[in-house]
Amino acid sequence: MSEQKSPILAESAPLPGASQQAERPSAVKRILGGSAGRNLGLVIALVVLFIIGTVTAGDRFADINNFLTIIRYASIIGVISIGMTFVITAGGIDLSVGSVMGLATVVASLTAVQLAATQSSWLLMVLIPIAVGCAAGLVNGIVIAYGNVVAFMATLAMLVGARGLAELISGRRTQIVTNTGFLDFTRANLLGVPILIWIFAIVAIAGWVLLNRTTFGRRTVAIGGNLEASRLAGIKVKRHLVMIYVLSGLTAGIAAIMMLGRTTAGTSTHGLLYELDAIAAVVVGGTLLIGGRGTIVGTVLGVLIFSTLTNVFTQNNLDTSVQQVTKGLIIVVAVLLQQRFATRK
Amino acid sequence: MIDDDHASALLEVRGITKTFAGVQALKGVNLTVRAGEVHCVLGQNGAGKSTLIKTLAGVHQPDAGEIRWQGEVVTIADPIAALHLGIATMYQELDVVDGLTIAENIFLGHEHSTGGVLKVAHANRVTRELLNRLGHGDIPPSTEVGQLSAASKQIVSMARALSHDAKLIVMDEPSAVLDSGEVANLFRVIRELTSQGIAVVYISHRLEEIRQIGDRISVIKDGRSTASGLAVSETPTRDLIKLMTGREVANVFPDAVPVPRNAPVLLEVNHLHLRGQFSDVDFTVRAGEIVGLAGLVGSGRSEILETIYGARKATSGSVSVQGKTVSPGSVAAAVDAGMGFSPEERKSQGLILDEPIFKNVTLSTFGRFGRGGFLNEGAERDAARDQISALELRPADPDRPARTLSGGNQQKILLARWLVHGTRVLLLDEPTRGVDVGARAEIYALIRRLASEGTAIVVVSSEIEEVLGLSDRVLVIGDGNVLAETNAGEIDEPGVLDLVMKGSAA
Repeated sequence: MSEQKSPILAESAPLPGASQQAERPSAVKRILGGSAGRNLGLVIALVVLFIIGTVTAGDRFADINNFLTIIRYASIIGVISIGMTFVITAGGIDLSVGSVMGLATVVASLTAVQLAATQSSWLLMVLIPIAVGCAAGLVNGIVIAYGNVVAFMATLAMLVGARGLAELISGRRTQIVTNTGFLDFTRANLLGVPILIWIFAIVAIAGWVLLNRTTFGRRTVAIGGNLEASRLAGIKVKRHLVMIYVLSGLTAGIAAIMMLGRTTAGTSTHGLLYELDAIAAVVVGGTLLIGGRGTIVGTVLGVLIFSTLTNVFTQNNLDTSVQQVTKGLIIVVAVLLQQRFATRK
Repeated sequence: MIDDDHASALLEVRGITKTFAGVQALKGVNLTVRAGEVHCVLGQNGAGKSTLIKTLAGVHQPDAGEIRWQGEVVTIADPIAALHLGIATMYQELDVVDGLTIAENIFLGHEHSTGGVLKVAHANRVTRELLNRLGHGDIPPSTEVGQLSAASKQIVSMARALSHDAKLIVMDEPSAVLDSGEVANLFRVIRELTSQGIAVVYISHRLEEIRQIGDRISVIKDGRSTASGLAVSETPTRDLIKLMTGREVANVFPDAVPVPRNAPVLLEVNHLHLRGQFSDVDFTVRAGEIVGLAGLVGSGRSEILETIYGARKATSGSVSVQGKTVSPGSVAAAVDAGMGFSPEERKSQGLILDEPIFKNVTLSTFGRFGRGGFLNEGAERDAARDQISALELRPADPDRPARTLSGGNQQKILLARWLVHGTRVLLLDEPTRGVDVGARAEIYALIRRLASEGTAIVVVSSEIEEVLGLSDRVLVIGDGNVLAETNAGEIDEPGVLDLVMKGSAA
């Protein structure tokens, strides 16, 4: 019935009412058969972990403060993972996020920067990590898009280079954050919820809107789905790829601010192996490693699964080695399920 | 006749059926192949040819019916069983490994070794013998397959079939990736095989080829055999088309619509030159006009089209649309200027296969539907629905993934993309590749209609007949040069080939 109407509707296409009417039947279909179905599996996994946690650790686990700990623990990796979701959806990879984050904490906590921040405003310590992250992302993007270097290699080089630079700048010393304005901001609570969690939530929501509702997101999915077809359709692929890596650098910069606040220190060892945790969370969440399909909700669930897992193990005083083995198993199972889903389709 | 068939039949397929998830792909297919013959299987896309091939290759098991091999009823449980019987299959996407040598490819999976160490010299010697049998003793067995042309890769694939002692080789549209010279060579190799008693099942929808190479022919339509074992020489083309499509196809090409004298020039190509590819290409296309580029594969036709579109950067020369010069080497600039391009490899260069129809249709325009960088998918769907009904695109569901569509309908998605964009200049590279005979006429009519509505169109095709039938004006291309520019009515296929031959001799 909507098909018969459509020629008339289409002439007045920009009318919001008309487009909604045409969208409704397929929207239901999409939610049932699409990402929600996949996310359901992740929600079930998360619920199972909560049950295990409650059974094994009782009130130590099932406590609102502990839940906030889990989410706060997830928030830094979570922010990085949102950027990573875009990179992977576009068919790329960014191995440099962890060390770029480390570099950003070092630059922001330099004595000179902290002095300048005290003289002007603590916001400087927010802006500097963001600038460092974006700059590193810009370099990654330009090398990948215009230098035609494989993303894996380009960002591997940045991983090594940024870590080295952070060591050089800091002289491998831990730099304590003394700026009270900055510390007050990052350790504040809003409505009983730590600011770190608020930042994660805002980044996640912004990421969801960006991926699903904007032309930027559509270009990202299109390029990941078929780069050549996107190029020949007139999409400025190279420019977009640069922006994708800048976005990833931006999230690494935001994560650096959070890290500085949580640890009250900048050091070149911050963010070690974070890139792997982020990639694992993104892929477990259901974003295709070959690109063309990405899910922010899945990524958030993936991050929460890993952080809940860590918490359950810690509450039970279990060895971190066992925890890592479990993590490895989860990644393998998730990827196997993903492939089965893909072939069934 | 049937008794005679029984006596000499190498392969006999009787009434096989196959259902996938409720969809019946085969509803009763018969096929009798004799040793030493080229047996063509003809059918439109979706007729069930691939399912039949995969059943013979042991990939699928039939639900009912029987397969006799040299008189015995057999079950082909898996691809290895098929090879053991002597049935080898050459798929369209050749299953050769680019990084290995010819010899390594041929012995892939049945390597000769002593204690785990490969007998390289032995493999190379046997490979050379096999290549010799195929009349290609000149290719060294140690050549890496990735360096070979598509045509030579097919030879490797055939040599591998021979190495398994194949008595029957199934070839799935082997000519689709070849130019006419290479096709001639393929036919020579096929005759070499049949003279050694090997049977070839040749799948194609190019009727001219079947005329040249086939002994007998079987036709499948909608999963059912509509004819089997017809002698090629005694069956008129008209009958074959009817068996294949179920209807008479007369006059495939639409009538040309005269271009008004005062029609504005929309596309101007001025002395375009790309080093090593083509030089001094110079022509104009007016609104309502279809200009065809005719020439063999490798003549530079596709490169010319891609350079006009900015997908390649011209060494010198320029392109103007509606009098405005388009900045070179930029697809985005070409699209902004009003050009649209339908690439040769529709699946790998044109579509995002897992995305729905509507997102493929609006791939060049999605930014227009919303505001401030936001999308408006409802409006996109409506625009796609409009095009679906205007172009009779099937299935008429904008949310269906592009992957699930037939070649003809995928082509329509690309045309729809540029119609939504409001493109005035359309560049079409092989618009009917992988499109079956019935749907071709529809695409031709569509292209003609777009022209008559004022679009300037440039068509490239490896089928000279198609270029001549569809265009108002034809540029004959040979070795990167424009050899002639003429009205389509004033030249025929032999004329074009004659020019090409002369051009390359000069």
